[in-house]
Amino acid sequence: MRTPSPLRAAFRQALGEAWAGGAGVLLPIGFFAGAAMLVPFTVGSEASQLSSIGTGILWVALALASLVSMERVFQADLEDGALELWAQEETPLFLVAAAKILAHWIISGLPLVLLTPPIGIALQVDPGALIPAMLAYGLGGLAFFLWGGVAGALAASVARGGLLIALLALPLFVPTAIFGALATVEGPGGPSLLFLAAATLFALAVAPFAASAALRLAVD
Amino acid sequence: MSREFLIKATGLGAIKGERILFSDLSLELGRGEAIVLRGINGAGKSTLLRMLGGLSRPDAGTVERTVRHHWIGHRNGLKPHETPRAHLTHWGRVWGSSAEPLAVARKMGVERPFEVAGQLLSAGQKRRTAIGRLLLAERPVWLLDEPFSALDREGRDLVTGLIDAHRASGGGVIAALHGEAPFEASREVQL
Repeated sequence: MRTPSPLRAAFRQALGEAWAGGAGVLLPIGFFAGAAMLVPFTVGSEASQLSSIGTGILWVALALASLVSMERVFQADLEDGALELWAQEETPLFLVAAAKILAHWIISGLPLVLLTPPIGIALQVDPGALIPAMLAYGLGGLAFFLWGGVAGALAASVARGGLLIALLALPLFVPTAIFGALATVEGPGGPSLLFLAAATLFALAVAPFAASAALRLAVD
Repeated sequence: MSREFLIKATGLGAIKGERILFSDLSLELGRGEAIVLRGINGAGKSTLLRMLGGLSRPDAGTVERTVRHHWIGHRNGLKPHETPRAHLTHWGRVWGSSAEPLAVARKMGVERPFEVAGQLLSAGQKRRTAIGRLLLAERPVWLLDEPFSALDREGRDLVTGLIDAHRASGGGVIAALHGEAPFEASREVQL
């Protein structure tokens, strides 16, 4: 017998799944860029106006783009029967859920964070503030994916649950959005970044349990 | 001193909507035994299996499991982009199996489509791949929901052989079946 490594296996499988078909990477990126670039067309391209709302627009676009790939994360497992197998393992289901959400964040979420500087520059945000702001976007994006994962688990047994996921997850995004927006304005070292980190840690502590409870209901 | 059991259900009951599927159902699986669940479509065979496996909470009664079990459900657990190699490697990793995925695939007769994505496999090839999981790790109890579905005659013989060998080595099987059981059942439970 080799040492069982269920979580590493779950993580690897989720990475492969998120990557398969390419949609996991490209769809959220396209959505993120598209949503952010729509703003100058609606509020006008005046530099001072855009630069004052630019970081906020990035937050909204990031929140919405986080939800794009969430529909399939757990629904696919439910449909093909893999969830039944996981639910009967001794490995706690919340750890498996956390591993899957993290894998999806790495494939679909991290590219969004890397994309914030170029889009921020296009929105006339001060370039010097954008690189430090990536930390805030990274922390916030992780929280978005965790809450999105809970919503995805709740909607797993619902056909075309994408809209339901958005309705469930968006209210949970509020604390992260508030502290995240403040943190990007304050810059690093401000108290808001710590509150943002706390909100993400809270999501990290709660979301896997909530997701696994929802998955147990879905598989029953 | 009671007899050693692998899995034991006492006073199980299931309710679907407003209908009672079964009630006060008790069964006990010992080493080397095979219990066949029978009943018309919708009688509750799968529901009973899911309760035994711990997927569904019984509406009444209790299930005691003393050992780990394998699950071959109505769904195969094979992902659309997953090849038999990826599937068997993945679950082998989860269970710490030292079995070679290719050897398992060869035994199950899916070495030819070993690198073919799940969505392109035939129903029988998917079923064979799923049943290959049984060979990855030693687990005393096999819970099988219609294991012979989609299998050809050769596949049926193959799975029958696996079940017989598993029982001979002290394992137990509970299977929901339609039609004749190709293996000798210790008991039948009529739902």
